[in-house]
Amino acid sequence: MEELKTRIAKRAARELNDGDVVNLGIGLPTMVANNLPEGISIILQSENGIMGMGEKKDETDPNIVNAGAQPVSILPGGQFFDSATSFALIRGGHVDATILGALQVDEHGNLSNWIIPGKMVPGMGGAMDLVTGAKKVIVAMLHTQKGAPKILKECTLPYTALHCVDMIITEMGVMRVTEKGIVLEEIHPVYSVEDVQNATGCNLIISEHLSPMQ
Amino acid sequence: MKNKVTNAEEAVKDIQDGAVIMIGGFMACGTPENLIDALVAKNVKNLTVICNDAGLPGMGTGKLLSNGQIKKLIATHVGLNPEVAERMNTTDPERKLECELIPQGTFAEAIRAGGAGLGGVLTPTGIGTIVAENKPIITVDGKEYLLEKPLKADFALVRGSVVDTFGNIIYHGTTQTFNPMMAMAADYVICGAEKIVEVGELNPNCVVTSGILVDAVVGGAPEWKN
Repeated sequence: MEELKTRIAKRAARELNDGDVVNLGIGLPTMVANNLPEGISIILQSENGIMGMGEKKDETDPNIVNAGAQPVSILPGGQFFDSATSFALIRGGHVDATILGALQVDEHGNLSNWIIPGKMVPGMGGAMDLVTGAKKVIVAMLHTQKGAPKILKECTLPYTALHCVDMIITEMGVMRVTEKGIVLEEIHPVYSVEDVQNATGCNLIISEHLSPMQ
Repeated sequence: MKNKVTNAEEAVKDIQDGAVIMIGGFMACGTPENLIDALVAKNVKNLTVICNDAGLPGMGTGKLLSNGQIKKLIATHVGLNPEVAERMNTTDPERKLECELIPQGTFAEAIRAGGAGLGGVLTPTGIGTIVAENKPIITVDGKEYLLEKPLKADFALVRGSVVDTFGNIIYHGTTQTFNPMMAMAADYVICGAEKIVEVGELNPNCVVTSGILVDAVVGGAPEWKN
């Protein structure tokens, strides 16, 4: 499982450009920061008030945490700010990319990732603002949940936002959301197109330039 | 300038049952634990608490929750404190918690609007979701926005890292969070201070929250620990 997650994180990292301001969701997306290609460095934004977040705990200042309440540090050139400023940066289009997980994504690029009514109600936190405001929204997740497709014709869970997802990266491949539907652009060599389609709840459009997942 | 330094018990003495209270911080980082402890000791009930989250179990707002003092919680994310879900789903009326969840950016702006004299904010966040239910949608230059009304409170419990005796506040690290907006949006503002200094010792270039907004300063707000 860890190997699959690393594969997803590595591929998601390739979507980032040198110098991008990026907000990473909790869990798998956090692994992107440790899997950047050679020569690419990014500026991590944390919605609780950091630009230029460092990964490791700062032993000299316990008052620096990330959005998952884990101790972190700030890098040289960074800044702390309040939550209104943080979300002005996010909503205002000053964050180049956000990479986050999903419960469901559908072929319209709609995202559901904050609530399972009656079962799990953690709250949306910053997710709704992030996917509304970030320039590029990348969903990085395992392709299915215990075998059940998470990429669907229509989300069945309450939405986080409509028409917000640009790309979906899973252990099986790389998909881009277009007006015509979800286009499979890259496929991991251990799977066939049929495998990917069978694990997906909507019709995939197979790219003319389908290539091996990098 | 008036010296507003007092003790925690005295600072919270006017908070009564049913009060609406804003509590600063994010997962208890930036929450004034000393003031929370005083509220737990005072044991006022039926509070409406406006806080980003429910803290963590045994930390921040989580202490008020466990003590059964919160009737309604307005928050953005409560997943790190399992007691919220348990109290939301319970059939025991004594333990029942009403919880309203708001997107975090909207939460920040609604509080800012409350303190800034605005009638609300227009945000694209939440359009097409259950957050938009029963809220006016206003179209500006062809784009849809939700009208989100301001949030205000009777009291705000904020935390400062270095605070002067008049209540001017400097924040360190990620403790700033919602504290500056909450200090504007409540009628009575109590600041838990990690360190208190004399007036004139703070660099005015670094002061974020003006002392004119703060009514009481209480020392001994500890650093964040997890």
